[in-house]
Amino acid sequence: MCLAIPGKIVSIEGEDPFYRCGKISFGGIFKKVSLAYVPEAQVGDYALVHAGFAINLVDEEEAMKVFELLNQIGEIEEDLNGGERSDEVS
Amino acid sequence: MSVPENFHPVCPLPIKDYPQVLLAHGSGGQLMHDLISRIFRSSFHNPLDHSQHDSAVLPSPGRKLAFTTDSYVVHPLFFPGGDIGSLAVFGTVNDLAMSGARPLYISAGFILEEGLSMDTLYRVACSMAAAARKAGVSIVTGDTKVVDRGKGDGLYINTAGIGVIEHDSLIDPASIEEGDVIIVNGDIGRHGMAVMATREGLEYESQITSDSMPLSFLVQDLIREHIPIHCLRDITRGGLGTTLNEIAQTARLSLIVEETCLPVQADVRGACEILGFDPVYVACEGRMVLFIPQAYAEKSLDVIRRHQDCEKACVIGKVREPDPRGLVFSLSPIGVERVVDMLSGEQLPRIC
Amino acid sequence: MKYLDEYRDPQMARKLAREIHRMTTRPHVIMEICGGQTHAIVRFGIDVLLPAQVSLVHGPGCPVCVTPLELIDKAIDIAARPEVIFCSFGDMLRVPGSEKDLFSVKAQGGDVRIVYSPLDAVQLAKDNPKREVVFFAVGFETTAPGNAMAVYQARQEGLGNFSMLVSHVLVPPAMQAILSSPQNRVKGFLAAGHVCAVMGFEEYEPIAKTYQVPVVVTGFEPLDILQGLLMVIQQLEEGRFEVENQYARAVRREGNRPAQEIIKQVFEVTERKWRGVGSIPQSGLKLRNEYLSFDAEQRFELSDYTRDEPGECKSGLILQGLMKPDECPSFGARCHPQHPLGATMVSSEGACAAYYRYRRVSAGEDQREKKGGV
Repeated sequence: MCLAIPGKIVSIEGEDPFYRCGKISFGGIFKKVSLAYVPEAQVGDYALVHAGFAINLVDEEEAMKVFELLNQIGEIEEDLNGGERSDEVS
Repeated sequence: MSVPENFHPVCPLPIKDYPQVLLAHGSGGQLMHDLISRIFRSSFHNPLDHSQHDSAVLPSPGRKLAFTTDSYVVHPLFFPGGDIGSLAVFGTVNDLAMSGARPLYISAGFILEEGLSMDTLYRVACSMAAAARKAGVSIVTGDTKVVDRGKGDGLYINTAGIGVIEHDSLIDPASIEEGDVIIVNGDIGRHGMAVMATREGLEYESQITSDSMPLSFLVQDLIREHIPIHCLRDITRGGLGTTLNEIAQTARLSLIVEETCLPVQADVRGACEILGFDPVYVACEGRMVLFIPQAYAEKSLDVIRRHQDCEKACVIGKVREPDPRGLVFSLSPIGVERVVDMLSGEQLPRIC
Repeated sequence: MKYLDEYRDPQMARKLAREIHRMTTRPHVIMEICGGQTHAIVRFGIDVLLPAQVSLVHGPGCPVCVTPLELIDKAIDIAARPEVIFCSFGDMLRVPGSEKDLFSVKAQGGDVRIVYSPLDAVQLAKDNPKREVVFFAVGFETTAPGNAMAVYQARQEGLGNFSMLVSHVLVPPAMQAILSSPQNRVKGFLAAGHVCAVMGFEEYEPIAKTYQVPVVVTGFEPLDILQGLLMVIQQLEEGRFEVENQYARAVRREGNRPAQEIIKQVFEVTERKWRGVGSIPQSGLKLRNEYLSFDAEQRFELSDYTRDEPGECKSGLILQGLMKPDECPSFGARCHPQHPLGATMVSSEGACAAYYRYRRVSAGEDQREKKGGV
C-alpha cells in the first residue's frame, strides 16, 4: 500500500498554506504536488509524494545513517572472518 | 500543420470549405474523390498510380515476399514524437522487417468519423507520407470509409505491407538456440510514457518522446554484415516483458534477463515510479528484441549502435534451455531470480 | 533516482542477509503489514535470502483487498448512473464485486475515470458543474490526508456536485485483531512505513507492550526491508519488544502533525468491515457530521446491504497471515489474474497476485534449497 516516491522540489507557488503547491522532479519529469502537509518545505528539498501530496520531507542525515550501519556490519564481518572479507553469497 | 493554400475541395453545392469530414465524403461520389485526391493522393505521391484500379500491380523482384497487416486505433491521435499516421506506417514496416524483409509497399485503409476535422486528417496524411519517405516505402493503394458521428473514435487506420526477402535464413522463434544472447536496440518504455503524459487525470510535464521509428534499415544492415540472426520481434503493447513471454512460449524455451541491464531513461523511470508502472511492461514502438548467437553479440551491437536513437542498445539476457512452459526469468537488482509473467491486462496507475 | 537506487544495492543487501543469518538461532514468524512491502519482498526475492527459520507472513495492508464487497457493489451502482463521473485510483478498477467490476461498468458506457490524486477529482467537479463527480476514497492512513483535503477544498469552494465514497481503514486495530486471534503465530511486525510517515508510531507502543511483540517501522526498498527484518530478529533473539524506526529518513515518532489535524477535522473513527476478515471495531474512518453532505452513500441514498463472498476464496486467511497464497487450493488453478476469485489476486499489492506474478514456478523455493543459507 502507499506508493510514495521521493522527488526534488524545483519550485513552489501559493501563499495560502492549504493551497501551496510544488513542482517536483522525478528523474526529469515534473508533477505539481500539494505541499499543504510540509509547510517547512523549501526549493531543493526532497519530498516523499503519495497520490499528489507530499506526506513528508526526506531527512538527508537519517538517510545516510543506514549506510553507516551497513559499514559497521562490514567491519564486524571482517573481525569474525579473521580479517578476511567475504562478499560472495553462496 | 495547417491546411495548405491550394486546398480547395470542389463541390456541387456552393460551399467552399469543408473543415470537417461529412458522411458524404464516404459515399463514393465527387466529395470522396476530392478528399482522396487532395488529402491522400497528393500526399502519398505514388509514381505507379496511373490507373487508379482497385489493387496496385507492382513489379515483382521474383523472390520470397513477406506480407503483413495491422490496424491502428490509438488515442490520442497526436502525441510527443508521433501520431497515428506515423505509427501506422512504421508499425507495418517493422512487422515486415522482423522476418528480415525489405519493406516496399504499403496500403492504407481509413475509417473516418463524421465530424473529424479535415485539418487533423491532412496532418495525419502528411505525417504518413513523411514516415513512408523515412522508411523508404511507397503507399500505393488504400480505401476510405466514413461512419456516423459517435460510431468511431475520430480516425482508425489499417495498413498492410509487402516486403521482399533477400536472404536465406529463417528468422523465426524456431531458429532460436540455447545460449543465444538477447539484445534490445535501445532504451525501453518511452512510447508508453510519452502517451501517458497526455492522458487526462494523469498528466505530468515531460520531455519524453515516443521511440517510434522504422527498424528495417537496422535489420538490413545486420543481414548485410552476415550476422546470423535467429529471431527478431518488435516490442509494442505490453512491452518487453510480454514480447519475451510470447517468444519463450512459441519457442518452448526458458529465457533469463538481468534487470540491471535493461536500459531505461531517467525520466521514463521517474514517470513509471510515480504511477507504479514496471518499465518492462510499458509500450514501445521502435524497439525490438534480437536473438543472436553469443559469438556475434559484440559485432551486432556495433552495427545497431550506429543507428539513430539506438545508442543504448545492449545485451539484456540469454536463452537458457528448452522448457515446454516457456518461462521468462529475471535477475532482480539484489541478485535473486524471479519469474517475469505475461501481463493479464494493461497496467493501471496505482497508489498501492 | 536519489533515495531509491541506493537502497537496492546488491552488495549491501547480501551483507544484511548474512548478518540476519548470523543472528538467527531459532524460528521466527514475522509479518509485514503493508502490501507494498509484500510486493517488494516477492519482486526482489528478499525472502529467498533469509534463513529457513525466518518465516514471513503477509499482512492485510492492502486497502484494495480489504474494501468490503458491499462497497464495491455500491461503487458500481453509482458509477453506472448517467449523471455521474466516477473517479478512482487505478487499483480499484479490476476488483471484483458480486457480479462485475468497475472496468466493466466503464466498458458498458459508465463514465469511470482514473485519477492520480483526489484533487484531480475536485478539479473535475469544478470543470463539470452539471455532472455529479464521485471519488472512491480508498486507503489506509497514508491516503487519508489527501482525501480529507479534497473534501475540505470542495466545502471551501462550495462544490455542490462533489462527493466521496469512503472506505478508509486503519492499521493498528487490524494488528490488534490479528494478535488477539487464537490462531495467531506472528511474533514480530514490520510496520507500514508510509502510514507511519503520516501517523507517527506512538500508537504502536501500547500494542508492542500488551502483546509483547517487537514492531519496526520499515521502508519499501530491499535494504529497508532487510534492515527492518534484522532489527525485529535482533529484538526477538534478545527477548525485547519495543517499537523501533528503521525508516527514519521519512518517519518521525510524532508523524506529520498538519496531516493528522486535517484527518481529525474531516473524518472520525468508526467500525469497518474488512473483506475476508470481518468487522473490526474502531478500524475505519467516516466523514464527520459537518461533512456528511459530501458522503456519496448519503447523497445517492444507498441502503445498507450485506453480501457473501464466494466460499472458495481464502483471501481472508491470507490477509491474516494464516495461509500463504500458494497453499490455497485454488491458487493458479481456478484463481489467477485473468479470473480472480478475490481481491488479493486482483490488486497489484495483493499477496496472491504478487505470488502469481513472481513465484508461480516456485523459483524462490528452488533457490532457497540450492543456496541452503547465504
